[in-house]
Amino acid sequence: MAEPVLNIEADPPDELRTTPLDALHRRLGARMVPFAGYSLPVQYGPGVLAEHLHTRSSASLFDVSHMGQFTLSGDGAAAALESLVPGDFQALAPGRQRYTLLLNDIGGILDDLMVANYGDRLMIVANASRKDADAHHIAQGLPSGLSFDQHPDRALLALQGPAAAGVMERLCPAAAALPFMGVAEAPVGGISAWISRSGYTGEDGFEISVAAAETEALATQLLAEPGVLPAGLGARDSLRLEAGLCLYGTDIDELTTPVEADLAWTIGKRRRAEGGFAGATVVLDQLKTGPHRLRVGLRPTGKAPARAKTPIVSTDGTAAGDVTSGGFSPTLGAPIAMGYVRRDVSAPGTELQLLVRDNILPAQVVSLPFVPHRFAKA
Amino acid sequence: MTETRYTKDHEWVRLDGAVATVGVTDHAQEALGDVVFVELPKPGREVTDGEACAVVESVKAASDVYAPLAGRVTEANEAVVDDPALVNRAAHGDGWFFRMELSDPAGFAALMDEAAYKALVDSL
Repeated sequence: MAEPVLNIEADPPDELRTTPLDALHRRLGARMVPFAGYSLPVQYGPGVLAEHLHTRSSASLFDVSHMGQFTLSGDGAAAALESLVPGDFQALAPGRQRYTLLLNDIGGILDDLMVANYGDRLMIVANASRKDADAHHIAQGLPSGLSFDQHPDRALLALQGPAAAGVMERLCPAAAALPFMGVAEAPVGGISAWISRSGYTGEDGFEISVAAAETEALATQLLAEPGVLPAGLGARDSLRLEAGLCLYGTDIDELTTPVEADLAWTIGKRRRAEGGFAGATVVLDQLKTGPHRLRVGLRPTGKAPARAKTPIVSTDGTAAGDVTSGGFSPTLGAPIAMGYVRRDVSAPGTELQLLVRDNILPAQVVSLPFVPHRFAKA
Repeated sequence: MTETRYTKDHEWVRLDGAVATVGVTDHAQEALGDVVFVELPKPGREVTDGEACAVVESVKAASDVYAPLAGRVTEANEAVVDDPALVNRAAHGDGWFFRMELSDPAGFAALMDEAAYKALVDSL
């Protein structure tokens, strides 16, 4: 057995940060691992497979308090944000949320973000590993007169799965009435929260921002609801991969553009016409001429998972690209992967080969997601 | 007369004459989580002491399994290839990985005995 097993077992170093649910995780029997500078549960007693399948069939509660939460307010906040991202935020109605990308000057992705319009403010949710850099980048890129705040005093919980809506009907009818990507400020079980109907699993669900001091009380209420069990980072990763969603630092980074990452749908129509965002020259040119490589889904033939960094070769023997995320799909009972390939071999149905250890495994390019999304209908 | 010994890489080795059966320990399967894929060495393959010769993958991660001693692989357990979860259910029994004929059966005595392995696990 190789070292990763030991790493999973090792106690997190002392300097790791904890979330407001740290004590609860330990009481629930979580196996804690270091992730993005935090000690977080990778799984609880039932294990990744059971937690994954439970999320798809019922509902799971994830602690995602490590993620960054920012607010931006003041006259012209949306227009100012647009200089940093390619989404159309001037057209984002109050009560709505949109997925977008923080770009550098050459169109590389600095982070992927959720941005919600709460009426009096824009709320931004950023990746844990990027939140400090993002906050600096955003603050530097804003004109004076706007108010930009980080919220380390808030935690974030994700309730995901087909049973999530029923839970919210009982604890927060206003949230249960939200459409997919809708947001509202409302109490959940009497605890004041900022709620969005979204998530990272491909299922219907909610992300709930709450004051750190009230997080455990809220989590306890949610876990007491029928059908709700805790789930860890392991299931979160396999769920998002099945849903074809990118993991920052793995599937997208500063060297990938929105067009290459097949995230061009995040670029608003008006933004395509007007430009005026970081990296617009590169991104708009790629939209016109097509990128050299593209993120695609891959279904390996056989049972061997192809992990990140697996080389992809076309049937004529030439290098085609690399896997960026790969593993086993509990829902499909088969390996799945995402990666970047040359555009000429990126069409669904294209046969490719994966070099896994000493083996050449056939694989086929498939459309994403691997498992259909089941978001709330508008 | 069979005896079981252990490696620092969390494998168990059971010696029966000159033939050693190799698997991963219960501690290892517990740490790995749900095993979803196993790749085994082909019978006839000569392996050196510590050579990576099998792979075990859970939903979370892939790990190599090493030859505990030098020798020649004589048998691979196709049952764990067909049903990888057998490694979780019966790590020390039906979930064995492969059998090998040891080049030097005397080397077996240098592996950890149960008490030493237990001490290693407790120290983690």
